[in-house]
Amino acid sequence: MNFTPSAAFLAAFSLMAGLAQADTVLSVTTDGNAETVTAIEALTKAYTAAHPDVTFEIENRPGGAEGDNLVKTRLATGEAGDILQYNSGSLFQALDPARNLADLSDIQTHVLDSFKTVVTAPDGTVRGVPFGAAMGGGIYYNKKIYADLGLSVPKSWDEFMANNAKIKEAGKVAVATTFGDTWTSQLFVLGDYFNVQAEVPDFAANYTANKAKYASTPAAMRGFQYLEDVFKGGYMNEDFGAAKFDDGVRMVATGEAAHYPMLTFALGNIKQNFPENLEDVGFFAQPGPSADKNGLTVWMPSALYIPAASEHQAEAKDFLSFVASVEGCNTMIGAIGATGPYLIKDCALPAEVPAAVADMLPYFQAGATAPALEFLSPIKGPALEQITVEVGSGIRPTAEAAALYDQDVEKQAKQLGLPNW
Amino acid sequence: MIRQKSPYPYWFVLPAAVVFVTLFLVPTLASLWFSLTRWDLFTAHFIGLDNYRQFFKEPFLIQGLGNTLVYAVLTSVSKSVLGLLLAVLLTSGILWQGFLRAVVFFPVLVSTIGIGITFAALMHPTKGAINVALAWVGIDGPAWLSDPALALYSVAFIDLWKGVGLATLIYIAGLAAISPDYYEAARIDGATRLQQFWRVTVPLVRPATVTVVTLSLIGGLRSFDIIWATTKGGPGFASDVLASVIYKQYQAGFYGLATAGNVILFALIALIILPLTWWLNKREVDL
Repeated sequence: MNFTPSAAFLAAFSLMAGLAQADTVLSVTTDGNAETVTAIEALTKAYTAAHPDVTFEIENRPGGAEGDNLVKTRLATGEAGDILQYNSGSLFQALDPARNLADLSDIQTHVLDSFKTVVTAPDGTVRGVPFGAAMGGGIYYNKKIYADLGLSVPKSWDEFMANNAKIKEAGKVAVATTFGDTWTSQLFVLGDYFNVQAEVPDFAANYTANKAKYASTPAAMRGFQYLEDVFKGGYMNEDFGAAKFDDGVRMVATGEAAHYPMLTFALGNIKQNFPENLEDVGFFAQPGPSADKNGLTVWMPSALYIPAASEHQAEAKDFLSFVASVEGCNTMIGAIGATGPYLIKDCALPAEVPAAVADMLPYFQAGATAPALEFLSPIKGPALEQITVEVGSGIRPTAEAAALYDQDVEKQAKQLGLPNW
Repeated sequence: MIRQKSPYPYWFVLPAAVVFVTLFLVPTLASLWFSLTRWDLFTAHFIGLDNYRQFFKEPFLIQGLGNTLVYAVLTSVSKSVLGLLLAVLLTSGILWQGFLRAVVFFPVLVSTIGIGITFAALMHPTKGAINVALAWVGIDGPAWLSDPALALYSVAFIDLWKGVGLATLIYIAGLAAISPDYYEAARIDGATRLQQFWRVTVPLVRPATVTVVTLSLIGGLRSFDIIWATTKGGPGFASDVLASVIYKQYQAGFYGLATAGNVILFALIALIILPLTWWLNKREVDL
């Protein structure tokens, strides 16, 4: 007789207990790159396996400037969800991190110091954890073409241009150029930063303080000159103005072109679209004026942040501390492989890595790396990609372009409200 | 003249007024305020007219302004000329008239972004259908959208292709409103077809011309979508117009500066269109 009510009570109780315990849904916003999505899915799956009460909702936003705009708008209106994947460095600074992102200083035990500095808000607190591997900015080259023509990896710009001349003579495209995706045009300028700081060590500090300009620093202006040189040499593919990033990857992977200046994350695209050509592609740092001072300009990976307006601060933070652990790092390597060194202490790369990664690692081991300018200074002019397209298409000469970029930089510095501008 | 008292009470305007004030008046006034600030969506600092000064200092702005005017005049003139000629052809009772009218009008219905992407593929310098076809007859086609000297004109051509259908439609309506008596009288006086066109059609179709010129000029001045879908203002800044310069300031996070740009665009359109419509309409009364 008293069986029925107690069973109902039990059922109701277990239901309530289930409700109370289960289902924190954390919303994650990513940049939508194939690699990002693969990595995020692996991380969230591993985390849910260990914490069945936490599940995730992944949303992909557009990339590029459109995505920047979306992220800022959502942060301003408090609708950026619980976890946000976004760039570190100068773009991170433009988010007004001290106001909009949660303080993550207490989950940084495994994070390398070099990464912490690029997600540190002006007030000195750390606001993000690393997501992915460090990237190099340099030049992919096709090993088959190099072998066929008997070329060796250039250490100086003159050697590089000499190689280009031989490649052109052999009837191949020397430098794959893809101005159809304007952002790809910036590499010669941004990837040259190792060489800039080798010559002018205090450029970043003086540039931020409004004391050093591109137009008045010959070492900094050289990146623009390189674009002009390659255009004048006629080393580009015929459709350089319309070709896109995917075309550049194809050209260098399949041997249509010998070189493609790019960030090493492109390796993921080669792996996905041209797996049989993966070992044909090598990588070297952008050569500069002197062969014995050559080194690699490094890009920090993006980071995961927690918007200050999130209602699941504790849960999101626990997930992020998993991402910033050795276990999380290994999960990521399992999902997307090793495209470069990770920023987590004691997170070792597998012994077998693709040729282009193996080419990149010695720069790290020898300490011949320098962060790109956007990780040393909060200022990056937004019109750089249009200006570099102009120089690389022969529309604007180097000196004029550098001066124009200085004006663009000034605009950004004023918008950020930096002192001295 | 004594103004007649309206039989309706004033509060009848309230629903419309609420919509107008909240959705149009308030944002317009707010944008005037924000154009005077350095605004990052989080905070706004009043900086007076600095944004306007900065906007006019933009090195690409002068070029963008010139491009805007060239683009607007070019598309507006070509749409009205071609639209009138097509309208005359398509009211002359030629074979398949209804079908041809539909063909001319069809591009108006297609999404602009879709057209932009399609033409970007057709105009690709090496793989695009246009240059492949030109290569068959031995012509080495240019880089339509990535040659800085050509890009703006290529986009204007795409805009013409897309927009001429609407101009034609307006002209067909305008032609239908001309009484056949005028043509009959002209024929009796011995006017040739060409004379009929110049002396009867062109003057009497003026109301349609006013509409076409005004609409396409405003459309050209604030043109953005087709440019963004094809060249994004490039190569470099070669096909930048006012609207794409403004959009890039938004993208870069210069919200105050971009808002100032919009105020300038608003003023520019008003400055051009108000006298133009006044002039065009005045001529109409004179007739």
